[in-house]
Parts: sequence; C-alpha cells; structure tokens
Amino acid sequence: MSDVVKLHYDVDGDNFMAAGEASSTVKNVLKRLGFGEDLVRRAAICLYEGEINMVIHANGGTIDVSVSPQTIEMVLQDQGGGIPDIEQAMQEGFSTASDRVRDLGFGAGMGLPNMRRYADSLEISSEPGQGTRVTMTLNIAPA
Amino acid sequence: MTVAELAARLNAKVLCGTETALERAVRGVYAGDLLSWVMGRAGAGAAWVTIMSNMNVAAVALLTEVACVVLSEGVAPDEALLARAVREDLALLSTPLPTYDVCWRTREGLTDAAVL
Repeated sequence: MSDVVKLHYDVDGDNFMAAGEASSTVKNVLKRLGFGEDLVRRAAICLYEGEINMVIHANGGTIDVSVSPQTIEMVLQDQGGGIPDIEQAMQEGFSTASDRVRDLGFGAGMGLPNMRRYADSLEISSEPGQGTRVTMTLNIAPA
Repeated sequence: MTVAELAARLNAKVLCGTETALERAVRGVYAGDLLSWVMGRAGAGAAWVTIMSNMNVAAVALLTEVACVVLSEGVAPDEALLARAVREDLALLSTPLPTYDVCWRTREGLTDAAVL
C-alpha cells in the first residue's frame, strides 16, 4: 500500500435515492486495501451518516478520505445552514428533519450519535450560515 | 441457518438473491424501520426485518452487512429498491407475517451458539 490513499467525492443535495454511493465506494476501497471487517464497517457507517446529513440538511457537500498507515480520516464539508447548537444535535433522538425525510426512514436523531459511537474521534465545526465541517478519524490497529 | 432456509421457514417469497446470497448464514435477527437506528445497531449477519421499502434500505443493508432483508406485513419493495438489491446481490424476502412473528420464527431457527 502506498503511504497515503486519498479519495474525493461530491455529494448531491436532496438526492436521497443516490445517497450512500460514496460510502459504498469507500467501503469497497477499504476492503480492497485489506482492512479488517469491523474497521471497514465502522468507517462505512460513519461516512453514510455524514453523507445522509449533508443530503438532508446542507444541499450536499464534499467528502475527502485519507488513508495513512495509522488512520482513516474522513472530512465532510458542506455550505449548508450550519448547526446552531452542536451539543443539542449530538443528543440521541434530536432531529430537525422534515416529515418528508422522516417518511423515508431518516430523522431518527441517531446520525451524529452513531458517528460518535463508531469513530475514534469526531470533530464538528459549524457556524450558522457558514456550513459545517465534520472530521472523523478511525485508528488502524497495528497488524 | 441459511437465508434460503429462513425463507422456507417463514414461507416467504424470495424477491431476489442469487444462490450465493441465499447461502449466506443468518446469525441473528433485527427489527427496525428508522434507518439510522438500524445502521447503528443491526449486527452483521442478522436478518433485518422492516416495513421500509425504499432504496435506502439497500444502502443500509449493504453497509451493515446484514444477511438479508425481510419485508414484513405484506410490504412490497419500491422498484428502485428491488433494482438495487438485484444489482448488489442482496437477498430480499417478503412475507405477509407481522414483524413480531417473523422475529419469533427466525429466532426459532437459530441455534443458541449461532445467535449474535
């Protein structure tokens, strides 16, 4: 494996039917790189939740994944409305999703909690009107 | 228990799934319709029982690596879900049984050692 593998994806806003494509692709890449099932599954779950959040709340955004020998780092950047109260948004069950989105099975208020649960570190920076940047890191256990 | 054996046990219709998909081992059962909840909790290898029928079900099933999706209560999949399941070779079953009965019958088919 080369030192760092970098992947970039653009996520369409409001396209719920295609949502998850970036996560699926990244998952397959990580599998091919030979990472363990648990790590790959955790990374895929984190990325899917982030991807869905950008589709639901921010009219899309970008995903950058860097895989180094030590970590998988996933950075999601959007130009959406931002998160006014991050602490509140982190609470299980808290959601601002619309009824239409809820009808599709989203909006359970578990997205950010799932990301916190499955990533080794989660950093969110957001200003109202300035978009949101989410950085998730998973540590690669030494073989 | 394989997915094919589960389908027989539930008397469920196999909507799609090649022989490979139907030979996957079922190691547990998980019921839920809120996708992020399922995303965080369903175990790899579980039979996921749901009444959600849109294409995002396929995405969640593939990312969580459940053994199959069982649409309960007579729910039919959207065309987009069926197409994606065919494309990804995800076994999709459908049954008129209520969710509770699907879980009960699935659990009865699992040996204790196999349960997640």
